[in-house]
Amino acid sequence: MTPRLSLRAVTRRFGAVAALDAVSLDVAPGEFLALLGGSGSGKSTLLRVVAGFEAPDSGTVALDGADLAGVPPHRRPVNMMFQSYALFPHLSVAANIGYGLRREGRPRGEIADRVAQAVAMLRLDGLESRRPDRLSGGQRQRVALARALVKRPRLLLLDEPLGALDANLRERTGFELRAIQRESGAAFVMVTHDQAEALALADRVAVMDRGRLLQVAPPRELYERPATRFVANFLGAANILPGTRTADGALDCPEAACTLRAAAPVPPGTLAAALRPERIRIAPATGDNTAAGTIEEAAFRGESSLLLVRLPGGALIRVSHAEEDGAPPPRGTAVRLAWDAEAVVPLAE
Amino acid sequence: MRALLRLLPGAWLALLVAAPLVLVAVMALSWQAEGVPPYSPPWAGEGVNPENLRLLAEDPHYRDALAQSLVAAALTAGLCLLLATPMGIAIARAGRARNTLLGAVLLPFWTGFLIRIGAWIGLLRDEGWINSLLRALGWIDQPLPLLYSNGAMLLGMVHAYLPFAVLPIFAAATRLDPVLEQAAADLGATPGRAFVTVTLPQLLPALAAAFLLVFIPAAGEYVIPELLGPADATLVGRVLFQEFFQNRDWPVAAALAVALLALLIGPIILFQRLGRAA
Repeated sequence: MTPRLSLRAVTRRFGAVAALDAVSLDVAPGEFLALLGGSGSGKSTLLRVVAGFEAPDSGTVALDGADLAGVPPHRRPVNMMFQSYALFPHLSVAANIGYGLRREGRPRGEIADRVAQAVAMLRLDGLESRRPDRLSGGQRQRVALARALVKRPRLLLLDEPLGALDANLRERTGFELRAIQRESGAAFVMVTHDQAEALALADRVAVMDRGRLLQVAPPRELYERPATRFVANFLGAANILPGTRTADGALDCPEAACTLRAAAPVPPGTLAAALRPERIRIAPATGDNTAAGTIEEAAFRGESSLLLVRLPGGALIRVSHAEEDGAPPPRGTAVRLAWDAEAVVPLAE
Repeated sequence: MRALLRLLPGAWLALLVAAPLVLVAVMALSWQAEGVPPYSPPWAGEGVNPENLRLLAEDPHYRDALAQSLVAAALTAGLCLLLATPMGIAIARAGRARNTLLGAVLLPFWTGFLIRIGAWIGLLRDEGWINSLLRALGWIDQPLPLLYSNGAMLLGMVHAYLPFAVLPIFAAATRLDPVLEQAAADLGATPGRAFVTVTLPQLLPALAAAFLLVFIPAAGEYVIPELLGPADATLVGRVLFQEFFQNRDWPVAAALAVALLALLIGPIILFQRLGRAA
């Protein structure tokens, strides 16, 4: 199957800085992909290259197999939802939504019908004649989405679509976005710096740093099996233990004063391992994949408690203690920790 | 003390705006007379004189002068708008060169006004630079009648008033969000359509302000038509000068000034409204 969007070795430099460094990525039809990264990671540049606002210095961008090189933004069957929403201040909500259809030269009746459909789908009823400055943040966000979707793009680009909304609205709008994406059948590429948002909404998440694509994987796999320290760090909350690889494929961690052994021998070049707090349990075990430590802090978090455990090697690791296992031991208690080999994720770099 | 400070603007307006206006209005209703000043006010015995204003309404000489002035001012303002719109937008988008370009627009303001008119005369007259050049190239035998024409007058007016049109358009263009044009392009608008449907509508108040900012002072312009225009360009400023200094008919001159002001009150109010809206 031809990918909806296909990037091959796309590079874009601004002066000496490579905003995009040989990025190759495919997006399937109907897929929801999140580009996750910090500021300056190149994720917004990637979006602008696909939309046609930036030309790549090298590499190709293809939509359904057709090369987009030299195609100006207004001729690309791709629409973008801008971070600032970029609603036209002098036009009403209905005129904003219908703007793209008027540019296509559609008959008036069709424009009116499709605008009405978009208004209904995004619950903007009764606001059709308002100007953007008389709308709330959430309403503006929905107008921006309606304006892009009404053109029935094959690919919709979303630049921090939930970024300007407050926390309450963000969760609900996220679910709506997901539902709209399924309903419209368009491929979505969303830029975000919020890992929770990326993991919650996307079919696959692409993590970017300094213009490079570090890992592209479904949310669960990315969370369970981060490939590099950066990815593990960026997704947050994992313990990262640096170590040296032993001859038999285990990882010796002086900071944790223990040996980590993964399900399979760790590959050469492994420099650290990630260990999720919820995969560590308090158990009187010895040998590999166990460690001794002292509870330094404990924070109650509802369904679980977060413990900070100091290991003899100096490392402070986070342990999630489920409430159903009873109350955690008090501060200052010496404990033994254990985890399964499956929980050890070897990290390169 | 504070009350005094609050009175100051009022006193200022009374002394420098209201008083002269009242003086001119009284003069317009006075009788021409021998002496200094050459008029006798309504309270000097002859009463109010309605003839001056009636003369303006009936005599085609004055009506033409007013009409010609409005047409010349509208043409000037229209041409200024045509030039200033691309200039203002381009300067707003010039990045680092912005201040330099803005300075270049304002530079003529800092040289003498008459010197600049003199420069145009030097360029346009029969033995001027343009005619000399064309003759040296052998393209013409007789000098082109460039100076003392309507074209020369308009050229001088546009030259003098252009900065007034550039500045408000520039100011509005700097406030435009460049992302909006990208959004228009993203939705399928060619650069031309994006300009017409997104950029221009947002600049509309500034364009109207720029037009009026040129139109209002240009309607009363005296010096440029006098120095560059044809002899038969009897704009209201010129007629006013003639009545005042040559015919020494101060009441008719005053009536003419009042009529011009009355004609401009509409545009001035419109300009104020636009200023408040923007």
